[in-house]
Amino acid sequence: MGDVLVFAEHKHGNFPKSTLVAINAGLEMARKRSGNCIAVVTSDSCDALAGEIAKYGVSKVIAVEDARLANYLADANAQALAGLVRSAGAETILATATAMGKDLMPRIAARLNAPMASEIVAINDDGTLIRPMYAGNALATVELDGPVRVVTVRGTAFDAAAATGSAASVEKVKPEFDAAGLKMEFVAFNEIKSDRPQLTEAKIIVSGGRGMKSGENFKTVLEPLVDEMGAAMGASRAAVDAGFVPNDLQVGQTGKVVAPELYVAVGISGAIQHLAGMKDSKTIVAINKDEEAPIFSVADFGLVADLFKAVPEMTEEVKKLKH
Amino acid sequence: MKILVPVKRVPDPATTIRVLPDGSGIATDNVKWVINPFDEIAIEEALRIKEKQASSEVVLVSVGQTTWQEQLRTGLAMGADRAILVKADNALDPLAIARVIAKVAETEKPELIILGKQAIDDDSNQAGQMIAEMLGWPQATFASKIEFGDKCSVVREVDGGLETIAFPLPAVITTDLRLNEPRYASLPGIMKARKKPLSEIAVDSLGVDLTPKLKVKTLKAPEKRQAGRKLGSVQELVAALHTEAKVI
Repeated sequence: MGDVLVFAEHKHGNFPKSTLVAINAGLEMARKRSGNCIAVVTSDSCDALAGEIAKYGVSKVIAVEDARLANYLADANAQALAGLVRSAGAETILATATAMGKDLMPRIAARLNAPMASEIVAINDDGTLIRPMYAGNALATVELDGPVRVVTVRGTAFDAAAATGSAASVEKVKPEFDAAGLKMEFVAFNEIKSDRPQLTEAKIIVSGGRGMKSGENFKTVLEPLVDEMGAAMGASRAAVDAGFVPNDLQVGQTGKVVAPELYVAVGISGAIQHLAGMKDSKTIVAINKDEEAPIFSVADFGLVADLFKAVPEMTEEVKKLKH
Repeated sequence: MKILVPVKRVPDPATTIRVLPDGSGIATDNVKWVINPFDEIAIEEALRIKEKQASSEVVLVSVGQTTWQEQLRTGLAMGADRAILVKADNALDPLAIARVIAKVAETEKPELIILGKQAIDDDSNQAGQMIAEMLGWPQATFASKIEFGDKCSVVREVDGGLETIAFPLPAVITTDLRLNEPRYASLPGIMKARKKPLSEIAVDSLGVDLTPKLKVKTLKAPEKRQAGRKLGSVQELVAALHTEAKVI
């Protein structure tokens, strides 16, 4: 046994990188547990989605199709997926720790009376898992005891699966719902649309902190640099709390965890909770007028300077590189 | 409305965390203990609901050791009505905690359970969702706005934006950072808190399965990044990124 079900989150008919990360982690888990990796798609219309995810190396795709799964809701998905874990006799159900994964997976765990490890960063050969604790200041080796285990993976800790050139078979199932247990209603999704790359998928991220002083400054000072570098824009919690930018941009222990090729922290002091969200970036740059700012302790390249002078200068220098 | 607020005691977020050399845990000699910041937000939200809705009661519940009374008293000082300490000498995993809270909820029969989305020590982000499933209630995680009408309507912070869902009570809501800014306990509040009921029950008396299924075997400190260097100008920085790091 040791089969792994991977919850394949989708949006607007596509699979975000985070889902391909889950598939890859699921493939690794299945290898180490001598089982199969099976992708699961839930929707009111699964065909195109199932056909797409089938190309990424899984043994099989299970398409759970029902009108009640048109919009994501925790109770309907938990019922459908827990039922599937049982009927498929799977040992593990896994997802990436996106907002959806975090919302859903513990509910599935409780329904199955199964233990759960959140946001793992590695799968050991002996079956133990590694996960960060204390805002990433400790790495814990954990063991899940049970016939069934639930796992979420940190999106930055595994590579994305690649299309293999062949497609697995798709099995369509109709879920059985306990209607009395479905009480939630989707009302609206206020999406923040942007032409920029997604924070969790970008190769370069430029983040602003409290030092930016205003939302207007994010627009006039930071965004030109962000766009010149083709980057995604992020922010510290302080900047979000101050109302400079929407919550969606928050990088940190309780926001998004990122690990891009290049992370540029502008006017960010570097509180532990912010570092927890970006210290695995390959190259880190810090621009801050306070030379004692903790951010410099993790920066590969630091610049002690007034960001209101340095950032426009940097935008110009980067522009020159292209010409 | 009766509101049950589970509260966890955690190290102050500003604490420098040191993993013990034998990997058995973290050093606690320098630790200042506080209410989990997200649970504080939950207490605050409960108090605001109570201020708007007559005949409401805010009940705090913690699952931990006698020392946790300190945090419950702080919550009472903020304005909660009473507190329950479920005494457990050993740390319990999220599944066990959820069972305990669900059991307490069966007796207390709250209309709402509101708690932090995650505890900043283990960062599991599981308990609220598990409690909701165990009770068969709706859940709204990462709440940034809560409104009551025919149904309870919650705006949630999700990837890519804000989602609104609605559901009837009773329900479980977990709090996100921007839901509110918690009040400080006032001096009169602290005085009143001493007289407010704080009851203790032994966790074994609840008759729920506490067997640990998520086991932490060992802790280690993460690898430290190699120290970088400070540069003298923007030109130097861009040159280094281009030729050394080769990221632009």
